[in-house]
Amino acid sequence: MKANYGYLDGSGEYYITIETDSCITCDHHACVDACPVGLFNIVIDDYDDQVAAVKEEHRKKIKYDCGPCKPVTDRPPLPCVVACTFGAITHSW
Amino acid sequence: MAEPKKEFWRWKEYNWRDETKDWKGADIITAGVDVGSVSSQAVIMVDGELYAYSNMRTGSDSPNSARNAMDWALQDTGMTLEDIHFVVGTGYGRVNVPFANRAITEIACHARGGNYMYGPTVRTILDMGGQDCKAIRCDDRGKVTNFLMNDKCAAGTGRGMEVFSDLLAVSIEDVGEMSLDVEEEPPPVSSTCVVFAKSEASSLLRSGWSKKKVLAAYCSAMAHRVMSLLDRISVEKDFAITGGIAKNIGVVSRLEKELGLASLKSKYDTQIAGALGGALFAKALVEKERKGA
Repeated sequence: MKANYGYLDGSGEYYITIETDSCITCDHHACVDACPVGLFNIVIDDYDDQVAAVKEEHRKKIKYDCGPCKPVTDRPPLPCVVACTFGAITHSW
Repeated sequence: MAEPKKEFWRWKEYNWRDETKDWKGADIITAGVDVGSVSSQAVIMVDGELYAYSNMRTGSDSPNSARNAMDWALQDTGMTLEDIHFVVGTGYGRVNVPFANRAITEIACHARGGNYMYGPTVRTILDMGGQDCKAIRCDDRGKVTNFLMNDKCAAGTGRGMEVFSDLLAVSIEDVGEMSLDVEEEPPPVSSTCVVFAKSEASSLLRSGWSKKKVLAAYCSAMAHRVMSLLDRISVEKDFAITGGIAKNIGVVSRLEKELGLASLKSKYDTQIAGALGGALFAKALVEKERKGA
């Protein structure tokens, strides 16, 4: 399942997409520790699978929470994207 | 003394039951309770078939709203809460349904409910709720494969439509038809924010626009707003709309035009999709439990 967390507002679209089918086979959940602001957690979804998700309290402000990892120039690879060896995490902006 | 203000946004609350069915010999009785931000529904299913439901406004207290919706669905059935084997709570207030055996997100429940209401060919479901909008892709069993939710602002939601209904003193149930009664389609109002859209609509009314034209501009803005959500998950046929806005022909027809795709129609009430999905999940969980026993 592709789970899109985030929002659309007057300034643009801000979504983090997690391909949760990859989470089912993941045993290290490195994304949780890789994010400097602790955006991710591991939850049991509606189909009883253990998957990564963006925490509820971050979902409406991810543009700002992810800001420190996204400088305007010389942007390094995003820690969460690098940590996920399955390539399950993508950002829309 | 001033007359009490008429509430144009107030939609009709109702309950229904299938009087031809007798639940007493049933094997599995399940229920789904969807406590949304604006409306609450309770659906009772008997052996996987719809038996009774209620649809009412959500009050300020989620547990009470859930109880009221369930009590109303049970009314005149002779059934009590104890006769129900499993209850799933869903929606915005799902964790506050005191008698629920499990809480399941409204995204999964809408996909499951949509699959029941529109059939297994449905692949894209747009739920236009009271406070948020969800674009869902699902498989032939109603399992979610992709979802996107926008609940950061009221633009493109039922509450936004209620605000406009009150502003223009037009009954919410007449908004859709009225919005289509225009000679030429006006440009949409702001689709970014309901507050901005409302102030823009006030200016348009002062500049001489008719109510119908303003409604057309708002319905168009709403359709445009949800299109961006649908674009993101890419719409696959068959397409269906659930939630209260699915009853607004002004938004639905404009959305279908933008999509170039007709939406599926159902004999079921579009507002019960979440609760219906909850009741279906409940049935599956009872069966799973029995198998394991």
